[in-house]
Amino acid sequence: MTARVWKFGDDINTDDILPGKYAPFMVGEDRFHTFAFAHLRPEFAREVKPGDLLVFGKNAGLGSSREYAPEALKKLGIRATIAKSYARIFFRNLVNLGIVPFVSEEVVDALADGDEARLDLEAGRLYRGNEVFTLTPPPAFLLEALKAGSMLEYVKRHGRFPAE
Amino acid sequence: MSLTTSRKPPGAGRPQTLAEKILSQKAGRPVKPGELVVVEVDHAMTIDSIVPTVIARLEYLGKDPFDPRRVSLVFDHVAPPANVNVANAQKQGREWARRTGVNFFEVGRGVCHQVLVEEGIAKPGMLIVGSDSHSTTYGALAAFGTGMGATDIALAIATGKTWLKVPESVKVVMKGRPRPGVSAKDAALEMVGRLGADGATYMAVEIYLEDGAEEAFGLSERMTLANLTMEAGAKAGLVVPSGEILERYPVPEWLYPDPNARYAKTLEIDLTELTPRLSVPFYVDNVHPAAAYAGTEVDFVFIGTCTNGRIEDLRAAAEVLKGKRIADGVRMLVVPASSEVLKQAMAEGVLQTLIEAGATIGTPGCGPCMGRHLGVAADGERVVSTANRNFRGRMGAASAEVYLASPRTAALAALTGRIPGEEENP
Repeated sequence: MTARVWKFGDDINTDDILPGKYAPFMVGEDRFHTFAFAHLRPEFAREVKPGDLLVFGKNAGLGSSREYAPEALKKLGIRATIAKSYARIFFRNLVNLGIVPFVSEEVVDALADGDEARLDLEAGRLYRGNEVFTLTPPPAFLLEALKAGSMLEYVKRHGRFPAE
Repeated sequence: MSLTTSRKPPGAGRPQTLAEKILSQKAGRPVKPGELVVVEVDHAMTIDSIVPTVIARLEYLGKDPFDPRRVSLVFDHVAPPANVNVANAQKQGREWARRTGVNFFEVGRGVCHQVLVEEGIAKPGMLIVGSDSHSTTYGALAAFGTGMGATDIALAIATGKTWLKVPESVKVVMKGRPRPGVSAKDAALEMVGRLGADGATYMAVEIYLEDGAEEAFGLSERMTLANLTMEAGAKAGLVVPSGEILERYPVPEWLYPDPNARYAKTLEIDLTELTPRLSVPFYVDNVHPAAAYAGTEVDFVFIGTCTNGRIEDLRAAAEVLKGKRIADGVRMLVVPASSEVLKQAMAEGVLQTLIEAGATIGTPGCGPCMGRHLGVAADGERVVSTANRNFRGRMGAASAEVYLASPRTAALAALTGRIPGEEENP
């Protein structure tokens, strides 16, 4: 099954991903995710399908620490992102929620918005037509957490952080 | 906790940055950039808008706070509550705080970072994690403050620990005394403009104040500097202890960077040459001389937040507005950063001056900084704000434009209804 690529530019901030006025405690836990990218790309939340792939340029997710920004993406079925680079809090939040944050300048440049692609999460391979791209997995420490489902799952299961 | 000891980190040999010093102290051994460490946190802070998720995560883990004395909950982001959802969330947080015994600060006490500094909870050399990205503010007193999401904060509350990659550091040297009318906000915006929005991502920013800057910039100004390091992506923004910090706090002997510490890059800012700055929509690092936008019409002026809502900031605004009236058609909102600031402003007559000039005063807290309540911006409106972000839609309508400036520049904009030029704001 292929997924749609949603490609965004550089410096997409967490106010872009989920504007503050649509936070869960403002509009309700049951519907905040329907406002994902409300200002930047209003059609996104309506059209996105579970398993679709989010692609960002550099410094993805800068700004506010609001975890409900990536949580909205998770609720919409996003399981992985590819970016040229991430802002640090957003990167941590992705791992904590179990969304796999891949980094690849080359793959981001190669992909276009609307592309159909298939991601093999485990193998870190991305297929588009006959092309195959290899994605470097996150560092071992984080991979251990992601294999457990998320950092939260890991700590729940083991009572400690990986490598502690 | 080894916080008050004045010994060097064990086995320290190679010269260390201030960030390495603090994390070595926490790890109990010398650590190097790139290393992943699991360390004890001295304090974990959360807020009204995040605490429901923190509670949900703690319930999922089946945990209560590891040490409630090392946890604070501050109601500031949508305080007083703007609607029933928020009121319910705050009710839940309040009940959790009562049950667990964590430090709790009600609606109206102030912005989380301001409150933790005023309460003496934040101290030099500490590691403080907060569910607000501007937790870098604690770096004003050389505490390693860093922002995280709800799950990270819940894990820190549950275990008393967190994981961190030891960062490289960027050295920022600020030299000399700024000219009258030029403030720490102008210096901070200049820093962010020159570093860029990702110029310090994954890194600590270490600010050295020299040649008079250490006296010109006290605790309040250092909070402005450390606060805005976040807008360059910094993990922490540490100001090397000097001046007022040494008068107010016991500073451990080890809490200084070594003379030959290695930095990823160095930036120097000559404060004597600096002029008022403006961060222009829709990116914080889009920094220009304020005079380049002279004459731009303004609808709304907001003075407040963890960046610039302290008594020094309110005084700067009052000095501009004393005995005058703001321009017709302009709204001006002043939100003190805390109840202490509000009391002080009242005692000094600063509030009287601001109200007589036509300003309105909001409940201490975050105000409309993130566009949720207490005066959000309408479509197409232009705002001059003393806050720290001007992203699209940040303060309300997606088409509203937010210009970030110092309290003095903001007050001048309220007075004339335009962004001030060089003659008024040299």
